[in-house]
Amino acid sequence: MKAFRLLRRNFEHGVHPAHHKQQTENLPIQRVPFGKDYLMPLGQHIGVPAQAVVTAGEKVRRGQLIAKPGGFVSTGLHSPVTGTVKAVGDFRGVDGRFAPAIEIEADSFSTQQVDVNAAIDWQSLSLEEFIEAVQMAGIVGMGGAAFPAHVKLSVPDGVKIRHLLINGAECEPYLTTDHRLMLERPEALLEGAEIMRQKLGAEETVIGVEMNKPDAIEILRQHIKPDQPIRVVPLKVKYPQGAEKMMIKSVFDVEVPAGQLPRDVEVNVNNVGTIVAVADYFLRGMPLIERVVTVAGPGVTYPANLIVPLGTPVRDVVKFCGGLKPGSREIIMGGPMMGRPIASLDAPILKGCSGVLVFTEEQTARRKEYPCISCGRCLEACPYFLNPSRLARLSKSRMFDEMKDYHVFDCVECGCCTFACPSNIPIVQLIRTAKDDLTHRKEPEA
Amino acid sequence: MKKRDPDLLLFPAPLLQQGMTTPRAMRDVLYALAPATLASLWFFGLSAVLILGACIIGAVLAEWLFADRSARTESLRDASGVLTGLFLGLTLPPGLPLWMAFLGGFVAISLGKVIWGGLGHNLFNPALLGRAFLLATFPIAMTTWVPTTGDSGFFSIYPGNLALPFMQAQIDGVTSATPLGMLKFDQVVTPLADLAFGNVSGSLGETSGLLLLLGGIYLWMRRDLDWRIPVSILLTVTIFSAALGIFDAERFPTPLFSVFSGGLLLGAFYMATDPVTSPVTPKGAWIFGIGVGVLVMLIRVFGGLPEGVMYAILLMNAATPLIDRYTQPTVFGRGDKSS
Repeated sequence: MKAFRLLRRNFEHGVHPAHHKQQTENLPIQRVPFGKDYLMPLGQHIGVPAQAVVTAGEKVRRGQLIAKPGGFVSTGLHSPVTGTVKAVGDFRGVDGRFAPAIEIEADSFSTQQVDVNAAIDWQSLSLEEFIEAVQMAGIVGMGGAAFPAHVKLSVPDGVKIRHLLINGAECEPYLTTDHRLMLERPEALLEGAEIMRQKLGAEETVIGVEMNKPDAIEILRQHIKPDQPIRVVPLKVKYPQGAEKMMIKSVFDVEVPAGQLPRDVEVNVNNVGTIVAVADYFLRGMPLIERVVTVAGPGVTYPANLIVPLGTPVRDVVKFCGGLKPGSREIIMGGPMMGRPIASLDAPILKGCSGVLVFTEEQTARRKEYPCISCGRCLEACPYFLNPSRLARLSKSRMFDEMKDYHVFDCVECGCCTFACPSNIPIVQLIRTAKDDLTHRKEPEA
Repeated sequence: MKKRDPDLLLFPAPLLQQGMTTPRAMRDVLYALAPATLASLWFFGLSAVLILGACIIGAVLAEWLFADRSARTESLRDASGVLTGLFLGLTLPPGLPLWMAFLGGFVAISLGKVIWGGLGHNLFNPALLGRAFLLATFPIAMTTWVPTTGDSGFFSIYPGNLALPFMQAQIDGVTSATPLGMLKFDQVVTPLADLAFGNVSGSLGETSGLLLLLGGIYLWMRRDLDWRIPVSILLTVTIFSAALGIFDAERFPTPLFSVFSGGLLLGAFYMATDPVTSPVTPKGAWIFGIGVGVLVMLIRVFGGLPEGVMYAILLMNAATPLIDRYTQPTVFGRGDKSS
C-alpha cells in the first residue's frame, strides 16, 4: 500500500493554476548591467535585521561585508557593487514602510570585479564553523520565504538528518528561476548538494522537480555520478508542490506533524537557488550578492531570466526588459500566488525575490464578491485540510479567537482557497488579517 | 523620486483565480434541469409551463421586492431565485391551481431565503420549504394527482389549474395515483420502464428518472455538486429496500423501484445537494446523505405518507450545522492526535 502511494508522488488537495511559464522557460539567464543606485535593506530575511558595519562616505568593494548578523536568526549582508556608501538610515522598503537600509552609489569607473577570497576549504570545517560560514555569507532560502539557511542547518542534539531534499518544484506560475538554474548550472547544484549532504551527514540527496520540467530532470540525471547518493524525483504538477511539507509528503509519504519542522522527520529541505548559493560561496568564495530573477507577466515588454545584483531598483530591472506595457497596474515580487505587491518602482530586489511580475487590469480587476454558498471547493483545495469557508466567515465577523479552534495558525497562506472560490471571496486575505490581529494584538493591561 | 508611483495597485496575492463563479454554478444547475423540464412539458403539456411559470414569477417577485435596493439587479442576476422557483415547480402536482403555485414560489423565497439574510444564509432548502408550506396549507390540492396528458395534446390544460384564489377548488377531472401511492394504499406495483422514462403520474419533475440522472451526471462533471450526497442517498435507499426485500419481497418495494419512484432522484441530485443547506465537510456529506436515505425509507415504508423525500431533506437540513460542527476535516499533520 505504501509503495503504491509512493508511486503516485503526490500530496492531497491543492489546485491547478495555468503555469504561464512559456514566457521565460526557454530564455537563458542574462546578467543585467550595473546601474548607479543600490539600496540594501538590513531586514531582507525572516528574523532579526542585520547590523550595519559601514558608515556614510565609506568606500566599499563588491562582495565586502557591510552588515553583520544581528542575532542568531539573522545573516550577514554584502555590498552588491563597488562604490560609496551614501547613507545608512531609514528608507522606504518594498511594502512602502520605512525600514533601516544601506544606500550605496556604484562607482561608474570600477570594473566591478568580485573581491573573491578563492575557495574555502569546507571539508576541514567543523559543523559549527560551517554553519557560521553560511550565516556570514548571507545565505537565505531563495524560494521566497528568505529564511536564514544556517538556522535550518543547526539541528539540536539527538536529531539526525537522513535526507537532504532539494526543492526544484517551482510550483508558482510564471517563475522559471529554479528551472533555468537546474538547466544551466547543474554542476554547481550537485556540488552544493554534496557539500550540504556531507556536512549534515545525510544518507541521500533527493531533488524534487515537477514533471513540467522534463529537460531539467534529464540534465540533472546526466550529471549525477554513479557513486553519488543523489536521485531526482519527478513530481506531479500541482500547486503548492513546492511547499516544503507538501514536498516531503509527496516524496517520502510522511506528514510533518503540525507545529513541527522537517528536521523532526529527519529531512532538511532547501531550494535549488539556496544550494547553488552554497556552492558559489564555498567553491568560489562568492557571498550572496546577486540572484536570479524572473521578470515576466502580461505587462512586461521583453520577459527575461536575469542575474540581478541585490539592491537594484525594480525600475532598472523593468527598464532593462523594455519597460512596462501600457495598462500595467500592479507589480508583484515573488510568485502570483504568494508574492507581495510593491508600492513603488524604487523598491530594491531582495534576497527572497524570485520574480518581478507585472500584471494588468485583467488580473487586478476587483471581481464581484458573492455570498459564500458553502460549496466546499476551498476545503477540497486546502492542502492543509483546514476549513477555509468557516475561517473566512469567522474572520468577517471578527471572531478571531474562535478561529484558533479551527487551527488558523496551521495555514501557510498558499492562496489555494482564494484561487478556488467561485464567489470571489478573498479567503486567504481574511485569514491573514486574523493571524495578524492575533499575533500583534496588544492585550489590555490587567 | 522616492514616492509611490500613483498607478501601482497593492492588491494582495493570489492574483490568479479559476474561472468558475457562483452565478455560473447556478446557471449550470438550470442547464442540468433543462432535459427533465422539457420532459415535464412533454408529459403534462401547457399546464407544466403555467405551473413552472407561476412558481418562478412568485419567486423572482419576492426576490425583487425584498432585496436590498442597491443590490436588486445583482441578486436577480445570480439566478438563484429562478432556480428556486423552478425547483419548487418541479415538485408540484400538474393539476395544482396556479395561484397556489405562485404563492408557493413567493413563500419559498421570502420565508425560505430572504428572511434568513439572503443567499448563503438559509438553513432550509427554500424550494422544499415552499413546498412544505403548500402541503400544510392546501393538503388536498397538493395530493391530487392527474395522469399525463396522453392523447389530449399539448394545449390541453388541467381544469384545476385555473381555479380562482380561495375558492373551493373543483377537482372533477380524472385523478390518478402516483406509483408510490398505488404501492402504499393499493399494493399495485408500477412497471420499472414506465418509472424510468416518466410515463407515470406524479409531480412535474419527478417523473423522468433517466433525464434527472443525466443532468446529475452533467453537474458532477462540472464539479457543481458534491457526489458524495447523491451516492450515499441512493446507496442507502438501495441497501435499505434490499434488506426489507429479504423479509417480505411481496410487500416491500424492490431497490430499483425505490430509487426510480417518487422524487428521490430529483431530491438526491438537486435538492439535497444544495450547497448552502448541506454539510460542507466531506465526512459530513456522507452522514447527511445516509440520514436522508434512511429517513426517506422510514417515511415511505412505516410512515403515514406515501412519499418522504421532502421531509427527509428538510430534517437533515436542520441537522446540517451540527453535522458540520462535528465533522471538521483532520488538519494536515494532526492525524495522530485525538483532539
